[in-house]
Amino acid sequence: MSTQTWTKKDLVGIEHLNREELEIIFRTTSAFKGTLTRNVKKVPALRGKTVVNLFLEPSTRTRVAFEMAAKRLSADVVTITASASSLVKGETLRDTAQNIRALNADLLVLRHSAPGSAAYLARILDIPVINGGDGAHEHPTQALLDCFTMREHLGDLTGKKVTILGDILFSRVARSNIWLLGKLGAKVTVAGPSTLVPDTFTHMGVTVSHNLPEALADADAVMLLRIQHERQTATHFPSLGEYTGMFGLNQARAALLKPEAIIMHPGPINRGVEIDSNLADSSRSVILEQVTNGIATRMAVLYLCSGGGPDLISKQESK
Amino acid sequence: MAYLYANGCLLFSGLRDDFIKHARVIDAKGLVVAPGLVDPHVHFREPGQTHKETIKTGSQAAAAGGFTTVVCMPNTSPPADNAGTIQFIQDAIRRDAIVNVYPTGTITVGMQGEKLAPIGSLKNTGVVAITDDGLCVQNNQIMRRAVEYAAMFDLPVMDHCQDYALTEGAVMNEGVWSLRLGLRGWPAAAEDIIVSRDVTLSTHTGAHIHLQHISSGYAVDIIRRAKSRGVRITAEASPHHISLTDACLAGYDTNFKMNPPLRTEEDRLILIEGLRDGTLDCIATDHAPHTDYEKDCEFDYAPNGIIGLETSLAVSLQTLIPSQGFSLSEVIALLTHKPAALVNLPKGTLSPGRDADVVLFDPEESWTVDPKKLHGKSINCPWNHCNLKGRVHQTLVSGQVVYQKDQS
Repeated sequence: MSTQTWTKKDLVGIEHLNREELEIIFRTTSAFKGTLTRNVKKVPALRGKTVVNLFLEPSTRTRVAFEMAAKRLSADVVTITASASSLVKGETLRDTAQNIRALNADLLVLRHSAPGSAAYLARILDIPVINGGDGAHEHPTQALLDCFTMREHLGDLTGKKVTILGDILFSRVARSNIWLLGKLGAKVTVAGPSTLVPDTFTHMGVTVSHNLPEALADADAVMLLRIQHERQTATHFPSLGEYTGMFGLNQARAALLKPEAIIMHPGPINRGVEIDSNLADSSRSVILEQVTNGIATRMAVLYLCSGGGPDLISKQESK
Repeated sequence: MAYLYANGCLLFSGLRDDFIKHARVIDAKGLVVAPGLVDPHVHFREPGQTHKETIKTGSQAAAAGGFTTVVCMPNTSPPADNAGTIQFIQDAIRRDAIVNVYPTGTITVGMQGEKLAPIGSLKNTGVVAITDDGLCVQNNQIMRRAVEYAAMFDLPVMDHCQDYALTEGAVMNEGVWSLRLGLRGWPAAAEDIIVSRDVTLSTHTGAHIHLQHISSGYAVDIIRRAKSRGVRITAEASPHHISLTDACLAGYDTNFKMNPPLRTEEDRLILIEGLRDGTLDCIATDHAPHTDYEKDCEFDYAPNGIIGLETSLAVSLQTLIPSQGFSLSEVIALLTHKPAALVNLPKGTLSPGRDADVVLFDPEESWTVDPKKLHGKSINCPWNHCNLKGRVHQTLVSGQVVYQKDQS
């Protein structure tokens, strides 16, 4: 095991992490994943600490996964949603966060519609801030759990072709995965209609494709993204029906993938829109594994950002 | 060269010995003596938003930046869309301003873009132009009638060029950086389309339309071609658009958020070419104060705008002279008589009989922008803590010293 330890206070994005830091997260995730199948699933790593989930945008998977992760680590966890926060009374994000800090929170997880908001709070607060999704910017723990899942199935991702298909423009999941897959040596193709997958994405080191067969050919993994906003149907493509016709993943198109390729989706899925219902339930789909890995990934991130080192992990493993 | 002024006016003859003996002599050794700077685009927020800036504090910032004449925008609260509000502003100017401040009026009632403001009455209370700055009249029929009507009074119409359908929710330039940062993009096309619209309307009506804070390289091209056909179009560039790019937004610093947004390096260089060949007539700050607490929030929610009066001269000098080869007098022209000419003001020149509005500055002196030492009410400045070269030592309005550099 490398002697390098985690030194960052926060996790606001993948973009500024180096390979070594990523491997620390993956190793820690792996260790925690082992604890999830035990009879007693709790570990005492964050006992006595308080994790506050400040979720200012709707979320099920991410919020619950962070809550479960914090509880598995024996932390106390409080979740605040937009409607239950004083932001609706006109309080600023800075004041809300500083009040949460003053209430003795040890760690804050933020989900917010505004890009850059996690980095903003990370600068203000002296406690760790973890980005649970900031607008269309980044969703680092999602990308980490996605790549963790991919590595379980595909091994080393160097040279592997990963195709991200759908609404790339508005997707923080896509951006975090583009950074992460790039750092892991994968070849990334982003695909979908030209209005949602502008050529500008080539500047992020990926291949842009509007030709679905080409994008899917010989891919090792395909990651589908939900078509997100109702109003996009008015301005970004003609109709959901046309989207499904042009870019939905069906059996015939899935046959273009490598035989052992996996199908991924960060959820929530829209059956019959971006993916055929039976494909979502097929043996190639790892969608629910992603969800499970989401707990171990968030445990790792919460643990590392609150100062946990590799020793405790190995102690837990040897128990 | 010695300048002499008496009763606030410049004189160049009659330098009799006894006259000189009794005169107050200002030692300008090592300094550039230039006409007081002229800014055709500032926001002094009075009435209604005096927590951000007032005519008094804004004019103090102007004096500290070497500006002796400024034109303030009418997007106050309420907007300056009627003679009463203009009169209120004129009274505040007479009472509080330490430099020459000229008001503008709105194009449309409430800046709603729907119904013409009483442009004739606004003219009678002394506005030097009309503009809905901050907003852009989208209805081409309203805009056409506005420029036709204003031309009757020889009033320029200043336009903030932005197509709203293309910029819904937009907070920065659309491009590589907006894509990386996940921020909603404001495509340059939204400016280009309205610039084209205004060129077309000016062509057909003969009216003078002034295009504010041009940020897009393609817009410069449109304006250049229009001018070559003799269309009565003028345009300005801001110090920030010629010196900064959208890459500055990498840290989501809201002091780099303004409208129109910072664009690409390519756009920036084309703007400079526009200033060089006269396509862009002048430099204008778009001094837009907001309090620290208003700017201290999520990038999406922060108000647009930055202050610029105290940094404009230095930024213009250091952007245009060393790497771009402009001469000192070319830069001074862009900051003095050229902007004054847009709004038909006899300012920005050291000529006999004109007001003794003068700035003394050292083009070589370096200084650090200290937000605590700025003279306006707000500190939303992208150059805070930056080292700039070119420093104002003294500013005179009608022969009176209105700013004197701290000797410390």
